[in-house]
Amino acid sequence: MFTTQLAEMRNVAGLKFELSIKGKGEPLLFLHAGHGVDADDPLVARLASTNTVYVVSHPGFGRSDLPGNFSTVDDLAYAYLDLIEDLDLRGLTLVGVSFGAWIAAEIATKGTGRIKRIVLIDAVGVKLSDRDSRDFLDVYGTTVEEIPGIFFQDEAKGRSVLAHLDFRNLSEDAVTRFVRNRESFLRFGWSPMLYNPKLADRLYRVKQPVLVLWGGEDKVASVEYGRRYAACFSDAQFEVIDGVGHYGYLEKPNAFADSIDAFLAA
Amino acid sequence: MKFWHFSEQSMHPAWDKIEGPTKVVVDNRFCDPEVAHKLYKRYLDEWVIADKLGFNIFVNEHHASANCMSASCLLTLAILARETKNARLLCLGVPIANRMDPYRVAEELAMIDVISGGRLEIGLVKASPFELAMSNQNPVGIMERYWEGHDFVVKALTHKGPPFSWEGKYYNYRNVNIWPRPIQQPMPPMWITASGPSTGRKVAELGYTMATFFNGAGTKPLFDAYKETYLQTHGTPAPIDKFAYLAIAVCGHNEKEVKERVDKMLPYLKVQPRTPKGWINPPGYESVELNASALKMGKTGRMNFGLPENPTLQDMADGGILFAGTPDQLYEQITKFSDQVGGIGHLLMLAQAGYLEHEETVDSMTLFSEQVAPRLREYAAKKNTELQAA
Repeated sequence: MFTTQLAEMRNVAGLKFELSIKGKGEPLLFLHAGHGVDADDPLVARLASTNTVYVVSHPGFGRSDLPGNFSTVDDLAYAYLDLIEDLDLRGLTLVGVSFGAWIAAEIATKGTGRIKRIVLIDAVGVKLSDRDSRDFLDVYGTTVEEIPGIFFQDEAKGRSVLAHLDFRNLSEDAVTRFVRNRESFLRFGWSPMLYNPKLADRLYRVKQPVLVLWGGEDKVASVEYGRRYAACFSDAQFEVIDGVGHYGYLEKPNAFADSIDAFLAA
Repeated sequence: MKFWHFSEQSMHPAWDKIEGPTKVVVDNRFCDPEVAHKLYKRYLDEWVIADKLGFNIFVNEHHASANCMSASCLLTLAILARETKNARLLCLGVPIANRMDPYRVAEELAMIDVISGGRLEIGLVKASPFELAMSNQNPVGIMERYWEGHDFVVKALTHKGPPFSWEGKYYNYRNVNIWPRPIQQPMPPMWITASGPSTGRKVAELGYTMATFFNGAGTKPLFDAYKETYLQTHGTPAPIDKFAYLAIAVCGHNEKEVKERVDKMLPYLKVQPRTPKGWINPPGYESVELNASALKMGKTGRMNFGLPENPTLQDMADGGILFAGTPDQLYEQITKFSDQVGGIGHLLMLAQAGYLEHEETVDSMTLFSEQVAPRLREYAAKKNTELQAA
């Protein structure tokens, strides 16, 4: 996972994006987590059975360009606003996971009538605790070997999703992709760690229906944090998927997809 | 050859009480301030003695560390600027990419140069990767930030006239005005640390003194790269005083004494790598290419003294990690290593390390200054003539 390239390179709004467009139906933009996205993402595959899914590597991730002046999630959100307009997406559903959910929230606060609904999965991006506490585990002071244990409820499952961290037997492209994603995740999330201090006060601007899904055993951001995050929106529902961690969408993709399907059908 | 007395001002009495990492995450209750008070006095005394013995002075800094209690090399130098008379005062270095405020760094540097009567030498270093955890600076873009900080400090120290403004990518100042300016004009000598040839070439272009630490077999290619670029850029061969090398160095009156001293110093090498694994190499500190190739080859750590298992004294001398012996043996070891790497002009001597006591440290320094230093000065002068003729 996170190591297989998306099918296409496309110039969109002046930037070269790595992307693939899958399935048929209403448009849905999938915003990936900090470790990137893989061509074989199982949640994307499920969503593509009922939607046209636009899977894009964020600027700086996968093979997507990274303009030299990009340093904040704000920059990524504006790049996506350009992309949404350039691809002329309307009635769009945003589905963001973790770091990608932060980007989704930023996009939504910057306002576009093209967005119809928003799904945030184990999101980061807002500061809800006091100055002596933090909302997230420090995911940056960790080794590659620790990723499965931190991001997944079941470490063994995480290791298997991550090809057992057997980088020696992966292609150079695959390893480079993994390393570049890890660097970009740090570039944009380093400090303040995984949040924009302004974002919480801007979420009132989001008027669309929001579904917030959370892994019941998330070790990066707690269920309680998720519940409070959801409460920042004017029209949000909050659901917990039991028995999975921060990357629960890779542990039980069908459970997440079922909830999303129900939300989109409502 | 010039000789620089260096110690890391370690809190070594705590080492064997700490389990696991001795830095970044180590509980600060292991640092007893009363013990630290006595140790600071001792280390500063040793630098004052070094000054009297004809050594120059080299200080460093680290953060949240039982290996090094110098939280600011400029604070240490500020004290020594007043306490010493003749020694050159080298900070190596100010971790400029780790500092929020290069303006303040420039002010402090200038102040030390003025108080010391123009004895400051300025080393600007990047930052240890694991110390980004404390400085909170982003590991991504660290070199770009380093060079902007460097350029700012150079401009701030050399600028004469009305205030200037700076609106860079990383630093923003409306009114830069250094009072006082440094005594040494146009500015104090500059040093940069390097370990690989690409950095070496950059240092050579600038014509700064290049220091390398415990670099062993990596030293010759580094020095060669510097020499080649220096000649191309400046039109003359690089003089020997552009090359500095750091190793542990200890002297004894006889082999038994040498062994006792080495045994007390060696725990330094074991403690040094006790870094929390997750902070050894945060993403972005090294390039994507380097990190990808390390991951593919199954490497995770950076810290490696490049020594075989259970190294002998000879292994450690040949590997440029530890020079230890009687005066004659030390002379042989240092000249052999210097010849091997192409000439060392500054010997940066970690002369107190591990559990080496004050009396032993001072005795070793005294013996070195009387019986080794004069011969090495002659050796280096000859070597420099060779380099200039080459």
